[in-house]
Amino acid sequence: MGEYVLEMKEITKLFPGVVALDKVSLNVRPGTVHALMGENGAGKSTLMKCLFGIYQEDGGEIVFDGKPVKVTSSKQALEMGVSMIHQELHPIRFRPVMENIWLGRFPKTLFAVNHKAMYNKTKELFKQVDLDIDPSVLAGTLSASTLQLVEIAKAVSYNSKVIIMDEPTSSLTETEVEHLFAIINRLRSEGRSIIYISHKMEEILKISDEVSIMRDGKNVGTWPAAELTTDLIINRMVGRDLTNRFPEKTTQPSNEVVLKVENYTAASPRSFKNVNFELRRGEILGIGGLVGAQRTELVEALFGLRSVASGVVYKNGTQVKMDNVRKAKRNHLALLTEERRATGVFGILSVLENTVIANQKEYTTAGVVNNHKRYKVAQESCKQLNVKTPNLEVHMENLSGGNQQKVLIARWLLTNPDILILDEPTRGIDVGAKYEIYTIMLDLVARGKSVIMISSEMPELLGMSDRIMVMCEGRVTGFLNDKENFSQVEVMRLATQFGQQQAEVQA
Amino acid sequence: MTSEKVISRKSFSIAIILIGLVIAAVGIVMQVLPHEGLYDLPILLIMIGAIVALFGLRQFFGSKKLGSGISFSGKSVLQFVADKAIILALLVLVVVICFLQPSFMQVRVVFDILTQSSPKLVIALGICFSLIIAGTDLSAGRMVGLSAVIATSMLQTADYGNRFFPDMPQLSIIIPIVAAIFACMLFGLLNGFLVAQFGMHPFIATLAVQTIVYGVCSLYFDMAPNNSQPIGGVRPDFTAIGQTKFFVVPKVFNGVSILIPIAAVICFVIWFILNKTTFGKNVYAIGGNKEAAVVSGVNVYATILFVFIIGSLLYGFGGILEAARTAGATNQYGLGYETDAIAACVVGGVSMTGGVGKISGIITGVLIFTVIQYGLQFVGISPMWQQVIKGIIIAAAVAIDLSKYKKK
Ligand SMILES: Nc1ncnc2c1ncn2[C@@H]1O[C@H](COP(=O)(O)OP(=O)(O)OP(=O)(O)O)[C@@H](O)[C@H]1O
Ligand SMILES: [Mg+2]
Repeated sequence: MGEYVLEMKEITKLFPGVVALDKVSLNVRPGTVHALMGENGAGKSTLMKCLFGIYQEDGGEIVFDGKPVKVTSSKQALEMGVSMIHQELHPIRFRPVMENIWLGRFPKTLFAVNHKAMYNKTKELFKQVDLDIDPSVLAGTLSASTLQLVEIAKAVSYNSKVIIMDEPTSSLTETEVEHLFAIINRLRSEGRSIIYISHKMEEILKISDEVSIMRDGKNVGTWPAAELTTDLIINRMVGRDLTNRFPEKTTQPSNEVVLKVENYTAASPRSFKNVNFELRRGEILGIGGLVGAQRTELVEALFGLRSVASGVVYKNGTQVKMDNVRKAKRNHLALLTEERRATGVFGILSVLENTVIANQKEYTTAGVVNNHKRYKVAQESCKQLNVKTPNLEVHMENLSGGNQQKVLIARWLLTNPDILILDEPTRGIDVGAKYEIYTIMLDLVARGKSVIMISSEMPELLGMSDRIMVMCEGRVTGFLNDKENFSQVEVMRLATQFGQQQAEVQA
Repeated sequence: MTSEKVISRKSFSIAIILIGLVIAAVGIVMQVLPHEGLYDLPILLIMIGAIVALFGLRQFFGSKKLGSGISFSGKSVLQFVADKAIILALLVLVVVICFLQPSFMQVRVVFDILTQSSPKLVIALGICFSLIIAGTDLSAGRMVGLSAVIATSMLQTADYGNRFFPDMPQLSIIIPIVAAIFACMLFGLLNGFLVAQFGMHPFIATLAVQTIVYGVCSLYFDMAPNNSQPIGGVRPDFTAIGQTKFFVVPKVFNGVSILIPIAAVICFVIWFILNKTTFGKNVYAIGGNKEAAVVSGVNVYATILFVFIIGSLLYGFGGILEAARTAGATNQYGLGYETDAIAACVVGGVSMTGGVGKISGIITGVLIFTVIQYGLQFVGISPMWQQVIKGIIIAAAVAIDLSKYKKK
């Protein structure tokens, strides 16, 4: 073996209307963590999919372990010694966890799958990665973060020379990330290489040995991680300096209450209970908490997606009942859901359709859709949000994750909401686009609208909110009201008040 | 939470066993006492009691796998009712029929129902593979017809006047059967090829193949000198495959049809394939999430081919059973069998969106339809009403089944 375990030389990949990869090269040394960075749509996932046999490159060469290879299927990639954690992949929900893991290589005796061996091997694997779940539970019953850990365990189990991790931490909590890093360190010491894709600077600087940066389908370069800083990375990714991570907020929320929620309790006993809060005009209310704090459930219920057992909601002082989405929309609420793949994106519809679908009615004349009008509006808002797409006819599924998110935001902005609810709005989104989304939020509140934002990213929560409400196990455990003195410690303290009685909370 | 009660699986299973034994004991007592007007009820009770007790035994010994405690609460009872709604409805139906027509309570009736279910079950087991990969197979019925026609055309007695192949010698019984099933498998391969190669939706691919199969079968059936005459004069060694009966006691018990053990063996084989082989697990995986299967290195192409080939093999075999049972064939054999089979699977909990389905469910589904048909006929309800009831059952069963998956 030479200096590198993997050399990808001048890889080119074309999609109709897009040059996704333009002579991109990537060299990975054995026993290192190689970070791959770049804005949304830079082509990181595409490059990895070429290596993993999901796409075939249109030009260039892959040399693995000193031998030139042509990867035509994932099966071949796995056998060759490459495994991958996919950025967006749903599990096989109605099958046990262990079958999800050993799919494609079940342990067998003669013709039959050996369930006992499979069970034991899974147990052993989980012990290695410190996961405590029963291998025979159905994958569909696990939480998103547990599933992500299972995916990680699966990728590790192939004993591959090269492990690709495409945003492995997108739904992990901080302790789970620490845990993943421990696993990565062990793998590295065993001489395996990891290609690590993430938008989180802190992670990259902490775990990686080398960093390659891409922009618009091209190489920018590769540097040892020790020589890099957050600012340098951002500069090279975006092509310009980005001095602040949050735009300056110039307006103050007024005292007028636009939304008041009283004693809101979910129908499901394990969900949120007795939630009380107020939202003011021109305010960004952050909701903090750990995974499982029932924040998503709360906002989904507000938007009429879940049933509530009791509670009252006032909009601008009058009591409103929003038990379905149409009523919520009529009251000028909008919700950007957390699971964009499952509940946001219409994959095989065009970007145009995806943009205008929530207020389709406004483009009709006597019930007939006015295409010209739709097109103009969609084009404008996509431009305003800086959506990277060759044109509006492209299937939504072909946009990179971050650009899909921007389209979804555009969709809800077009409904002209008074209250925009954002559930993890910047998950999987690059710094540049994050900044743009923050700007949009500030622009909204400056125009007298209000925003509720769920976020698990501490800097974002602290940096963007006017007030922060913290939840734990379905209860509101406290509010942080003093914007100048937000503290991460206080948020974490409130987020971890497990098993206590409802705190006396003053909104 | 307050109404929740947890009892150990051990005591639960012992209770079940006891209930089973009590039912059986009641049966025995009734059998000893005079019981005119109740027909075979005592014997049936003994059988039911035995089954319940066996179920209890399984619970007793399987406690490690099933978990050691069972919780009882308003919610879990509701859940149970929703889970087993279709079986409970079936039980109610049976009880009603028994009241209306006590002669329904006969051992003969039970075996009749099982016999009638057997060929349908074979077809349903064939079609379940394509349903589990979130597809369907519309060509099933026509393949039954093709197989029946091909097999019988070569298996007529030497002295039959209207032979399909007048000069054909008496072949070994194996050859025509293999030929018939093989013909079906060729079309199954075509189904699989269209789906795997071109990514065609199975609905379209099998619709096309269904049409082709019927055309081919009719052409064959129309060859001189047969000219579309129903095929008769089928050899007795062939009809034995469908008509043999065991344990016949004249005037007392008219036997167990050979179709029942055949279907049982096929059930076991298919159960094994689906649950114990890599192929079977890949079928579930592809139905559950095709992309995940691809990136896990599953050979999706080959799996899809096999799904349709196995299906066609079973339709072909079903055609053999049908031809043997009825000692004849026309090109109209098997018409509409696929819709019955799909309905039975779906009522039995196989999901049309893929990834879900159990053999036990399919068996239940098939039995339900036979019981309805047989039972309603038994109490003299018109076939037109039978259709209405059948349709309602399909819709209701699936609606209840789907409510299980609703969250929130
Ligand atoms: N199947 C496809 N068909 C057409 N275009 C595609 C396809 N897949 C990706 N693209 C395009 O290729 C470019 C690169 O996308 P890719 O998913 O690799 O970005 P990424 O760097 O992984 O971004 P993110 O950080 O958002 O995940 C994008 O412009 C995207 O629109
Ligand atoms: Mg990506």
